[in-house]
Amino acid sequence: MSADTVPDADWGTVTGWGRTAPTAALLVRPRTYEEAAVAVRDCGARGGIARGLGRAYGDAAQNAGGAVLDMTALDRVHAVDVAGGTVLCDAGVSLHRLMEVLLPLGWFVPVTPGTRYVTVGGAIGADIHGKNHHVSGSFTRHVVSLELLTADGRVRTVAPGTPLFDATAGGMGLTGVILTATLRLQPVETALMSVDTERAGDLDDLMARLTATDHRYRYSVAWIDLLARGRATGRAVLTRGDHAPLDALPARSRARHAPLAFRTSRLPATPDFLPGGLLSRTTVGLFNEVWYRKAPRESRGRLQRIATFFHPLDGVPHWNRVYGRGGFVQYQFVVGHGREEALRRIVRRISARRCPSFLAVLKRFGAADPGWLSFPVPGWTLALDIPAGLPGLGAFLDELDEEVADAGGRVYLAKDSRLRPELLAAMYPRLDDFRTLRAELDPRGVFVSDLARRLAL
Amino acid sequence: MKDAFGLPQSLLVLGGTSEIALATVRRLVARRTRTVWLAGRPSPALDAAAGQLRGLGAEVRTVAFDALDPEGHEAALGKVFAEGDIDLVLLAFGILGDQAHDEREPLNAVRVAQTNYTGAVSAGLVAARSLQAQGHGSLVVLSSVAGERARRANFIYGSSKAGLDTFAQGLGDALHGTGVHVMVVRPGFVRSRMTEGMAEAPLATTPEAVATAIELGLRRRSETVWVPGALRVVMSAVRHLPRAVFRRLPV
Repeated sequence: MSADTVPDADWGTVTGWGRTAPTAALLVRPRTYEEAAVAVRDCGARGGIARGLGRAYGDAAQNAGGAVLDMTALDRVHAVDVAGGTVLCDAGVSLHRLMEVLLPLGWFVPVTPGTRYVTVGGAIGADIHGKNHHVSGSFTRHVVSLELLTADGRVRTVAPGTPLFDATAGGMGLTGVILTATLRLQPVETALMSVDTERAGDLDDLMARLTATDHRYRYSVAWIDLLARGRATGRAVLTRGDHAPLDALPARSRARHAPLAFRTSRLPATPDFLPGGLLSRTTVGLFNEVWYRKAPRESRGRLQRIATFFHPLDGVPHWNRVYGRGGFVQYQFVVGHGREEALRRIVRRISARRCPSFLAVLKRFGAADPGWLSFPVPGWTLALDIPAGLPGLGAFLDELDEEVADAGGRVYLAKDSRLRPELLAAMYPRLDDFRTLRAELDPRGVFVSDLARRLAL
Repeated sequence: MKDAFGLPQSLLVLGGTSEIALATVRRLVARRTRTVWLAGRPSPALDAAAGQLRGLGAEVRTVAFDALDPEGHEAALGKVFAEGDIDLVLLAFGILGDQAHDEREPLNAVRVAQTNYTGAVSAGLVAARSLQAQGHGSLVVLSSVAGERARRANFIYGSSKAGLDTFAQGLGDALHGTGVHVMVVRPGFVRSRMTEGMAEAPLATTPEAVATAIELGLRRRSETVWVPGALRVVMSAVRHLPRAVFRRLPV
């Protein structure tokens, strides 16, 4: 294929997973590395940004008036080192595809977020984390090397420990287009999870349980009922576990017969149009009550499929449409250990405000990774979805931002769609290093996104 | 860029001394807006408005703009867009005229029409092109309930707003899918300089209320906003009244 093959391109409007703030861009779909290079070379005055499967909640993979490079056609798994436990793949490969390929070989992706439908490039760009952060760190900790197409048209091999790697890990795609990556994998004996579930009656109970016993589990997460008030404020269901060893499977079961089979199920997609307001305080309150009550007070060693344990929402394609045309915002922040009081205050404020959030998740982060704009730091992280149409929500979240920043915490850029730009430098102390490196690497500002414009990254 | 709630970071106000516009800008500066361009005929009032907004912490610049000089619109707006993205253009210029007087002086009536309609067609199209090129942004057009149905008392003004309203609706449809959002705002009787000394109509409102409605409309990505909202129903009824009945109403 000649270097000048022009990739598919078409104008269209783009939003993040939260479906807020649509903007129009030239959607370019490179099918080869050469086409990606051509797309970057030709992307014009308003620049370009790579996009994977569009699971960033806000505007990280939008570029108004410029080019958006849909990387999902670059989706080859090049090589799996079955003995050594590494995989070399294109950046457009989804974690879902990797699981399909790797699980039968006895390997698992090192870190997965709440959905399998993210690409490897997006996972590096957002430096995603999973339920195993306290043990395994974030995604880029497991990247052995990556290839980056930079603004000058060169393809650089980038290794951990270099400034370019640390700027790219969590750099929201602004250092260049990731073309391939080599990942270190997690060995597993089965495609099932052994899961312990327990309930916590309130926030203090929950935090005490997590602090005391988190180290015993590879994967750990708590779902919080943020509509519960009074003494039940912060009541939660803890779900924790690890990959089930082969001898944990019942003898003569179907699972024992094919322990590494990757099974998933999908329901019909959510209709394209649903009225807003389906998720009101009443409906979400009802859901939360049922969800809390139906969780066992305590259960040990229950076997679950990977899809059920990690990605329950992936079973409902386009679940984001449930929020209606107005879309939703996801708010995720982290505050460090020793700042538990700030966390308690914020949870109390959210409960008092009665935000209808049915996806509120609390987890403890372990050691941070070196990405300059990487989100996780050791401490507590809370994530919640809220309908964007809730009156006064913008001002309320601004107040929470202040609490978070005062506590030395930060919000997650892959989920942000509304942060006040003035707070960014306080939340990300290496922001200036990031800006300096970008100015040197990309003086013409080829790589830019709506997120970058909004927050002056 | 606008945030998830449709709040702009940069604004261009066409008609920079309009009370409704300034009430809206004050509200948006209290949220996310940091950069404001006030476009209007150079005057102490324009400078005073800029100074007041600077006091609220915004970076404010003025640019010479005359609705009656469509030839100059490309240059004036081009200068603004050359300096950076504009997230929201507020088309807020307009004059009420003096109906009784203007009926006797057709050239005065023409001036109302040229300001409110012709000037808006020109400025609206120029702004729309720039917004389309940047792939995002809102164009908020201040129309009026007066454009919904001709009234004996102000049909010259009303007809100019009717033209503006229809133009803005069509422009909104033309820009659908381009990332640019056009919102038509139809206030009723607004207590302001423009209506000073006039008998107040029912459901009278204030510039601040219009500003609140604009912010809500931006969040909802509305195409039409009535202020107050009850006017939507009232005007729907009024629109269908037989002429012979409407003519006799004391409105």
